[in-house]
Amino acid sequence: MEKENMSFEEAISRVEAIVRELEKGDAPLDRALGLFEEGTALIKLCGKMLDEAEQKVVRLRKGADGAPEELPFEAEDTGC
Amino acid sequence: MDKTILTVSELNAHIKNLLEEDDLLAGVYVRGELSNYKIYPSGHHYFTMKDAEGALKCVMFRSSAVKLRFRPENGMKVIAFGRVSVYPRDGVYQLYVSEMTADGVGDLYIAFEQLKEKLLKEGLFEARYKKPLPRYPRRIAVITSGAGAAVRDIIRVLGKRWPLAKVVVLPVRVQGEEAPAEIAGAIAYANRHKVADLIITGRGGGSIEDLWAFNTEIVARAIFASQIPVISAVGHEPDVTISDFVADVRAATPSNAAEIAVPDRGEMLEQLLNYEIRAVQALRREIQARRRKLEDLSSRRVLISPKNYLDDKRLLLDNAQGRMAAALERILADRKHRFAAQAAALDAMSPLKVLGRGYAIARREDGTVIKSARDVSPGEKITVRLQKDSFSATVDAVSETV
Repeated sequence: MEKENMSFEEAISRVEAIVRELEKGDAPLDRALGLFEEGTALIKLCGKMLDEAEQKVVRLRKGADGAPEELPFEAEDTGC
Repeated sequence: MDKTILTVSELNAHIKNLLEEDDLLAGVYVRGELSNYKIYPSGHHYFTMKDAEGALKCVMFRSSAVKLRFRPENGMKVIAFGRVSVYPRDGVYQLYVSEMTADGVGDLYIAFEQLKEKLLKEGLFEARYKKPLPRYPRRIAVITSGAGAAVRDIIRVLGKRWPLAKVVVLPVRVQGEEAPAEIAGAIAYANRHKVADLIITGRGGGSIEDLWAFNTEIVARAIFASQIPVISAVGHEPDVTISDFVADVRAATPSNAAEIAVPDRGEMLEQLLNYEIRAVQALRREIQARRRKLEDLSSRRVLISPKNYLDDKRLLLDNAQGRMAAALERILADRKHRFAAQAAALDAMSPLKVLGRGYAIARREDGTVIKSARDVSPGEKITVRLQKDSFSATVDAVSETV
């Protein structure tokens, strides 16, 4: 999977799998090194996602064809 | 006139039968005020319910009394549920109370209890229907009033803890006649269009009437039918609604719902650091293990000094060489010896040596050696070879014997 398109959940799940495998300690050294490198890169990616995330809030409205339409959310909206 | 005479017991039994055949009296809600409330050491409760015009004797047995969610006191307005029957020993009828609630809300409370009972029997609250919440939700649908404090609290807490999640607000009315249908409709809509992987629905605190939409069957069934996990967050901590029972997770307040919905960014960063440390340690262990293995191997004699190994081999070679040389010498000596012996034998057999002892070889003129007198005729010329020279002769006579 391309790292750039990974969701946080996919990235963190991969990190967890890598740490588990490394801790099992039976991978050949070159594989262990590869895993380590991949793991550190993913940890960095996760940290970046957490650091740079900006909350997005939208208000959903039923569009003309019934499909949802996203509008900016104003806390003063009443009803729909 | 024929008079039927009954005993007291017979009459009491007859009245008891009459009362127990009546459907209404088999299970009835009664509203009234408590008086003369007594709790016996047996754990049974005896009391009277009354209103402006009348009084009703009541008993609540221990098994029901332990389920009371409040402490009954004289003067308290209550709603009791039970059956009416006769206590034959005293000849009085009384209400055998199985449930009793404080009468603050009246009809709503009964409706609540009835719906709760109904849905409980249908199994809507069962743990096996509870869906797990996503660990890291990507989109969270918030179904509540777009104007209340609840939506602001939820957005604020989600933003602080987990800004990765997109918040999708579906504004609905949360009180009034339209509220139940709007809430249920929004839950169904969110599912139909898969707008989120988690739903939070609820509202801020209020009276039981204000919270009522979350005690309606239509909302309960919409929550139950939702494929998307639902966190219910209605009112304050002590408020419990039917929605809370049927939701996958009940939150005490809207802010609490947001806390339950997402992990905390700070904790997650710590967790990441922890993973990093574990990865580093695991790799370090791997490398150390290999280094130890290497040290272990290199401490063996052969590898400590390759010269030792070579010396061994050299010794082996020298040894072989020595043995080879000795063998060769032996062979040569043997051959020399055998050659000398044969040379001596050969020498002994040399005809010249025989001639040296005074023998001669006689040959005919064609060179053939004369081995018998019959080989020659008288008058034939022959050559006689001595050790050092020769001479010619003529055969004089041939004799058959020596």
